Amino acid sequence: MFDRLSFPQPWLSLILFTTWQILSDGVSGGSVVLGLILAWLIPQMTHGFWPERPVFVKTWRMPTYILRVLKDIVVASFSVAWLILSPRRPRPAFISYPLKLEHPLAISILASTISLTPGTVSADISDDNKTLLIHALDTTSVQEVIDAIHNRYEKPLMEMFQ
Amino acid sequence: MSPFAEYAISALLLFGGGFTLIGAIGLARLPDFYTRLHGPTKATTVGVGAIMLSSVIYFSAMGEDIDISEILITVFLLMTAPVSANMLAKAAMHIGVKTVESTEGNPWEQ
Repeated sequence: MFDRLSFPQPWLSLILFTTWQILSDGVSGGSVVLGLILAWLIPQMTHGFWPERPVFVKTWRMPTYILRVLKDIVVASFSVAWLILSPRRPRPAFISYPLKLEHPLAISILASTISLTPGTVSADISDDNKTLLIHALDTTSVQEVIDAIHNRYEKPLMEMFQ
Repeated sequence: MSPFAEYAISALLLFGGGFTLIGAIGLARLPDFYTRLHGPTKATTVGVGAIMLSSVIYFSAMGEDIDISEILITVFLLMTAPVSANMLAKAAMHIGVKTVESTEGNPWEQ
């Protein structure tokens, strides 16, 4: 009976509550009450979309990862901007990336990271969740791209989710 | 507002505007659908980020306290951009959009 009153995903609830406080322009009585209602209601409504609870083992590694991705976004943006403005034609490629991650949430974080860093977009995933199709805007060596993604993003994610 | 804040805001606005413009140029110049996918999702991320930062500096310099609600715009953008890029790519593969000849490898059958 008290099942309905609990917070099935405490982290999601905390993030929702904090987001609402930032959105509502200053913490007040009303925003706290509404924030609590949303933090309770939204996880209840979206419960069915999370077949298994995400398991972060090493959450404290996340900030380092986010900072690295942000830095890469800025650095790679310059190379993409240069490519757009330079007269030479880009050399695009479809790359099948062999996934070593197994957790669905970890894979979707990796896919999002690949899409966010300029020069690569994750286009599709195979039905057995073993291969990711990546479109690279300009590359000379497919293996180079696979190695770079593996060393920079997949390894830290594997450590986080092991 | 201090002159330093004004210079910082101007620089960030120019930087952000420049990157958004390059993204738009990329949309027109790149050869096929899949490469065009890169222009708006990428250059724009940095462009919007820089414009958002200038907004944070502006409102923080005008008022007394630091206002961080703009950062949420960027967070939401960073969360939704990969999903929309992925859906566009999947839709393109589904209807069999042609790739430029120099492309290495092939898109998957849907």
